[in-house]
Amino acid sequence: MSELLIVEDLTVTFPTTRGPVDVVKGVSFTVGRDDTVGIVGESGSGKSMTSLAIMGLLPRGARTSGSIRLDGAELLGAADRDLRRLRGDRMSMIFQDPLSSLNPYYPVGLQIEEVYRAHRGRSRRAAREVAIAALEQVGLPDAGRRADHYPHQFSGGQRQRIMIAMALVCSPALLIADEPTTALDVTVQAQILRLLADLRRQSGTGMIFITHDLAVISSIATRVLVMRRGEQVEYGTAEQVFAEPRHDYTRMLLESIPRIDDPTNDGVSA
Amino acid sequence: MTDLLRAKELTKHFVTRGPLGARTEFTAVDRVSFEVGLGETLAVVGESGSGKSTTARMAAKLMDPSEGTLEFDGADVTHAKGPELARFRANVQVVFQDPFSSLNPRHTVERILMAPLVYQGIAPNGSRRAHAKELMERVGLNPDHSLRYPGQFSGGQAQRIGIARALAVNPKLVICDEAVSALDVSVQAQVIELLRRLQRESGFSYIFIAHDLAVVRQIAHRVAVMSKGRIVELGPVEQVFDDPQDEYTRTLLAAIPRINPEWDRRRRELQ
Repeated sequence: MSELLIVEDLTVTFPTTRGPVDVVKGVSFTVGRDDTVGIVGESGSGKSMTSLAIMGLLPRGARTSGSIRLDGAELLGAADRDLRRLRGDRMSMIFQDPLSSLNPYYPVGLQIEEVYRAHRGRSRRAAREVAIAALEQVGLPDAGRRADHYPHQFSGGQRQRIMIAMALVCSPALLIADEPTTALDVTVQAQILRLLADLRRQSGTGMIFITHDLAVISSIATRVLVMRRGEQVEYGTAEQVFAEPRHDYTRMLLESIPRIDDPTNDGVSA
Repeated sequence: MTDLLRAKELTKHFVTRGPLGARTEFTAVDRVSFEVGLGETLAVVGESGSGKSTTARMAAKLMDPSEGTLEFDGADVTHAKGPELARFRANVQVVFQDPFSSLNPRHTVERILMAPLVYQGIAPNGSRRAHAKELMERVGLNPDHSLRYPGQFSGGQAQRIGIARALAVNPKLVICDEAVSALDVSVQAQVIELLRRLQRESGFSYIFIAHDLAVVRQIAHRVAVMSKGRIVELGPVEQVFDDPQDEYTRTLLAAIPRINPEWDRRRRELQ
């Protein structure tokens, strides 16, 4: 069994004034060690809640049922202390807006060093070397000098590179990328997608890639999970979901995409 | 084709001050010229910082150009004020990206849709109230919901309210600034179809500002590609997409993620 992450019948429930609401309803999928699983859905589909449940970062008050196993160890209901040890080490996450994930008051190099030291407990000097190597790995030019700069001194694409460096500094087994290119210009998006695919291949990290953009999913995912209103609509290999979608909703989504290469496909059925 | 709007060498400088008060001048838009014909959709595309939104604001007269001129319906409106500016506003309307921040949350849809008529002093045949309901119907909203507030609508519906407000004064030109960018893809497709239908019915022109080239392909007649404040390419939509002349346009088109064409073909064959 080479599955890295096994999610079984995951349900996430929030209490509301009108009673409990299931925002994720019975979702099941697996991520292999060499896999990129794309989770796709429109707003409110539950795709981000699914990833937060895996990371143990759901808002207070959320209830969960089902099972999430990373390398065989159950994450649902695990102690905060154990989850903290796993986050940033065995599993990491990058978000849409790197500026809100980076501390504006500290140089970016130091922030990466702190993640490394928190998990590996090494010396400042050793951590600094690792941080600079991580920044070099994500293609940040002049990494040794730039490590001392603050987040606002970087462009949006560079900040996302820095977040990726931070996420990968402890060589995690699982990387969750939640809309990591949505806020970026299309040429920068292409660079970041290539970088993520290359790094994933080199390190053998399993990846969950969350997006609303089916074309992005098509270029990066090996398997695809389609979600709608908390439910798993369809799950299969990328080829199967894109070439032979089984569900009407998947077909509707695929037909809604405006096509750059086909002006007749305007997302509106004739 | 008769030109409705003509922009000649529009330029916008911004002055920023450093921490020690040092002035630096930054040229956001640099000698941009274009025309918009009657009933035509001109798309202006570019990445962040390309100057496309500043260009849109100058074309809408929400911002004065540092240099250059703007003509509307044959008249120079670059420095239009008072009644002349009011006339321009009655003919040129804007739809913004985020409907919720551009619609007053404390006003009913009816009041929002009547406001442009009140401002312009227009009394339509029948009452303004009836006109508001008519507008709702035109954009595919239930007129029985005219007393609801923007917060009670979904994002796609709220954008329809924004579009209805723009149409209230029966404009000749509607400037859409990333008007469908924030919408989910299925909703986006419906709003694009709505924008096209309204143009077919009423014959007005669009300036369509967008960063998403795939969306632009669905709606534009001509496309201006902007980079670093300049128009690097301007031409009919087929030419810009299928035979781009400029290096930057080619880079931009190549960067767009596409669905695996082989998978796409198989899916269509199955249907």
